[in-house]
Amino acid sequence: MITYEWLYWLAGAFFTLWSIFSLRDQRFGNAAFWGILAASFFLGSHLSDLANGLLVLALVAIAGFGGLSRSEPEITSLIDREKFSGMLGNKLFLPALIVPVTAVAGTLLYNYTPLNETGLFAERKETLLLFGVGVVVALIVAMTWLKTPVTAPIEEGRRLIDSIGWAAILPQMLAALGAVFALAGVGDIIGGVAQSAIPEGSIFLTVVVFALGMALFTMIMGNAFAAFPVMAAAIGIPLLVQTYDGNPAVIGAVGMLAGFCGTLLTPMAANFNIVPAALLELDDQNGVIRQQIGTAIPLWACNVVIIYVGAFLLWR
Amino acid sequence: MEYLPLLGIVMVVVGFAMRFNPLFVVVAAAVATGLLAGLDLGAVIEALGKAFNDNRFISVTWIILPVIGLLERHGLQQRARALIESVRGATMGKLLMLYLLFRQITAALGMKDIGGHPQAVRPLVAPMAEAAAEKSHGELPRSERQKVLAMSAATDNVGLFFGEDIFFAIASILLIQGVFESSGYPLTPLELSVWAIPTAICAFFIHSWRITALDRSLAQVRSSSEAEGPA
Repeated sequence: MITYEWLYWLAGAFFTLWSIFSLRDQRFGNAAFWGILAASFFLGSHLSDLANGLLVLALVAIAGFGGLSRSEPEITSLIDREKFSGMLGNKLFLPALIVPVTAVAGTLLYNYTPLNETGLFAERKETLLLFGVGVVVALIVAMTWLKTPVTAPIEEGRRLIDSIGWAAILPQMLAALGAVFALAGVGDIIGGVAQSAIPEGSIFLTVVVFALGMALFTMIMGNAFAAFPVMAAAIGIPLLVQTYDGNPAVIGAVGMLAGFCGTLLTPMAANFNIVPAALLELDDQNGVIRQQIGTAIPLWACNVVIIYVGAFLLWR
Repeated sequence: MEYLPLLGIVMVVVGFAMRFNPLFVVVAAAVATGLLAGLDLGAVIEALGKAFNDNRFISVTWIILPVIGLLERHGLQQRARALIESVRGATMGKLLMLYLLFRQITAALGMKDIGGHPQAVRPLVAPMAEAAAEKSHGELPRSERQKVLAMSAATDNVGLFFGEDIFFAIASILLIQGVFESSGYPLTPLELSVWAIPTAICAFFIHSWRITALDRSLAQVRSSSEAEGPA
């Protein structure tokens, strides 16, 4: 059976190559950073929690003391790119489509045909595993078709990962922070605060506090999944459903979406907000969030209205 | 005293605002939160290490970078621009609205892995949006160009977030179902996912209006810079 461990080995191999190429380039900080990350991918499952924790601290120390720099491996010039683009035409899009098509079509095929009885992929992990398969296929196709040197994808990948830098592991690190918050009981404390902020007797204001709590707690945690159980247990279920007799389906579904509005507003949702800013080489780390504020706030207000109308006015 | 662990949250907010290295801020906040909640330092480091290790699948997605980089080396971004330049009547507003709709619909059908920042936005959507904007408004000043790129990323996020919950077999819907079921309210995923539709429609109209507003503001930037004479 193919499990995530296979993907970790693949990623570990890429990070190792990036580390070696950084070393050749005398960028020791980058070499150490990608090397430690490679160790985490190769060995993480066999190390103790403490050892993994020390790897985390080492990564943070390198990034925190400015050990990472951008690399500029020899790449084709803009003129070359225009030339290639004209020569290769729209066929250039095809290898780019291999990865999403493999992931999506593969998942559908695997789940809705007898293929899933083969147990080829670990349960509920098939999409990410097929994504990995797609990457390998796309890489082979592109390298054969474009007749590139073997080092080309490694150099190009390193150029991109170095431009992302420490932001590449921020989402993973934030997930770890979420685990520590949960261990420390932060959710229960927030739930208590939200509950004490509720004005007696007003359904509409209770809906507002619920939706606001979802958005704000999502901004703190970086994703709505951590906020939802807390806000549902503090306000959604005891007050909106039980005391005020609202429609549970609307309160649950739209409450979650009010949280998603918070996701648009926070640097803690790094893979949606901070990583793209790095990928697009924006001057402002919060540039993507700035473009989302004007959408998130009116949309949040819409969610309040939808809960109030759908769960109470229409339901009764 | 019971509110002390919230100090970790304050550290995160202040640290991000002061532009300290975010990795550094996150670990400092984790350690502070754990210590204030009465854990010892070793236990906090172990918790961090375990959670970081369990979440490696998040960072696995970077394995796509060699593919994207290789295609960019052969002019993928230039090709994306050329494609848009060849479409008559293409504007940034129309392009991003179309992408928003496409992203919402595919996500609603469970295909949330079509799109995304490294795979689609950087190599395709952002260069196309930039080319379309330059086609209607001429060369853009740096700050305006960055707004167009950022809006492309924002459009991917909005389309994904407010499309995916219409698909019933998705983690967030299953989480809602689980939370309500454990409190004695059994709901079906379909009951929940239909209630994602009104918000999805609002999201489409609100964000489309924002995209159009950006397109209009770019036109104003050009006309005002023309009034000042050639720069």
